[in-house]
Amino acid sequence: MRLAIASGKGGTGKTLVATNLAWHLARAGSEVTYVDTDVEAPNGHLFLHPDGVEETRFVVPIPALRQGTCSGCGACQEICGFNAILSLKDRVMVFPELCHSCGACLLSCKELALTEVGREVGTLRRGTAEPGIRFWSAAIDVGEAKSTPLIAGLLDRAEASAVTIIDAPPGTSCGATTVVRSADHVLLVTEPTPFGLHDLELAVELCRALGRPVSALINRSDLGDRRVHDWLERQSIPLLAELPFSREVATAYARGELAARTVDELRRSLDHIAGAVLEGAP
Amino acid sequence: MKQVAIVSGKGGTGKTTVVASLAYLAGSAVTVDCDVDAANLALLLPGVDGPPQDFFAGERAEVDPELCSGCGVCASVCRFDAVDLDPASGLSRVDPLACEGCRACRLVCPTEAVGMRENLAGVWMLREGPTGPLVHARLGIAQGNSGKLVARVREVARDEATARGIGLVLIDGPPGIGCPVHAAITGADLVLAVAEPTPSGEHDLGRVLELCRTFKLPAAVLVNKADLSVQHSRRIEAQARAAGARVLGRLPFSPEVPRLLARGEPPFPLVPVAEGMNRLWLQLHALLLEPANLASQGGT
Repeated sequence: MRLAIASGKGGTGKTLVATNLAWHLARAGSEVTYVDTDVEAPNGHLFLHPDGVEETRFVVPIPALRQGTCSGCGACQEICGFNAILSLKDRVMVFPELCHSCGACLLSCKELALTEVGREVGTLRRGTAEPGIRFWSAAIDVGEAKSTPLIAGLLDRAEASAVTIIDAPPGTSCGATTVVRSADHVLLVTEPTPFGLHDLELAVELCRALGRPVSALINRSDLGDRRVHDWLERQSIPLLAELPFSREVATAYARGELAARTVDELRRSLDHIAGAVLEGAP
Repeated sequence: MKQVAIVSGKGGTGKTTVVASLAYLAGSAVTVDCDVDAANLALLLPGVDGPPQDFFAGERAEVDPELCSGCGVCASVCRFDAVDLDPASGLSRVDPLACEGCRACRLVCPTEAVGMRENLAGVWMLREGPTGPLVHARLGIAQGNSGKLVARVREVARDEATARGIGLVLIDGPPGIGCPVHAAITGADLVLAVAEPTPSGEHDLGRVLELCRTFKLPAAVLVNKADLSVQHSRRIEAQARAAGARVLGRLPFSPEVPRLLARGEPPFPLVPVAEGMNRLWLQLHALLLEPANLASQGGT
């Protein structure tokens, strides 16, 4: 079972829910993998504190010229949809930050003058978090523009467990799409404000376009209005839990601790989510 | 014209609330929502939108079933898992949500069955709001052209500021540090990072300030919900100073803020929050009026 914790809007509590759920399930005896795919702002390690972390650099392929073989025909420049390669008289100039690693230029080159070299864009991390969670995360290098290849690479490498919890990046564009596509079920964490509702609608649209079942959790459920509740009901989206604002939870979070260790109410909500999502369709 | 980009790294720290409040305090400003895949600024700045303008970017592959022989070469070269053979018809089909428009499939198709069509990546709107024009946009679902759409709305915002003689452009940035953030901060006179006093807030602020240094942009920091953790607030302020960013203020946490936002109102009735915003605006204004203050912080 691959469960993505996603949101549309940032800062609604994805990481809070994902890390606590991973810990809670692992403690109850489940085999759990946690994957932090918010590679621009990865935070899961701040709460799960993984041990024995191994780092590997992640590379994407970009085109490069073999020595002295270019005829300057311009086919590569013409085929490239991203203006990432410029054909000169007897050589090419590559703009790595524009390249999508699609390989079309290699296919276009009649002289077979192009090859691919690796370009480092980020770091993959794997470790083990208490109690026995397989921990995976990745961080894009500061200054790199495209995070989707790193997200896809991370999802590819992370070993799945009986339960794989995927902490998603915010938004509804390429990164979030890659994560939702890889999941069996998507739990959307939202907040009861017009911001939360607006972005929830977009996130639901994304999940439906990709044919993934969704359910919802309302965080800080007492700080706002009822419009998110009403909308979920009209859309027949299961509301699995409501977490009222809690100083206890906020304090644990501010200390880099898992609130589920100490807050009974949070554990009950996590039980409910696990029961609904993991034991059949909610 | 001065352009201030409000960013955060971590989502949900209060960027949009700060931008809307600053727009009210400035009295007249062009605002532009660059969080194009989850745009919220229009919810706080009411007004009337002009007609939506289509934004095209990139291409998508399309297979003509009349010409397709079902050989599958296209699927074998696609690196985005966007092309496969339909088990029912045996013909090639393209998933437009996965296609990146690279043209590799078109290149290799022996029967010239693959064509490329322009891709509608989103729409943008110009709103006449209480504080001046607001440019906002909506990226199509699962689209990957957010950086280009951000560049487009910023261009519209700059043109509006010039045409109307408005001296301030307030940019509501997206979360993260990737492509749309680069497009949101490029060429800004100042990047204001809104941070929250948590381990996540501290971690992600570090990455955003590093990005500002890479781009050689002057940065400043606002600590939101500062009283939730005095310890983390202090650490964030120390972190900001170490990175050459000025701390422009701190705002207190108030559970009333989300309740006001739920009614589409900026948090001005809340005295401590409003005072904090006002101090922020005065500091920001002074910084923008004195270019030497900005220059001394950039490119360290």
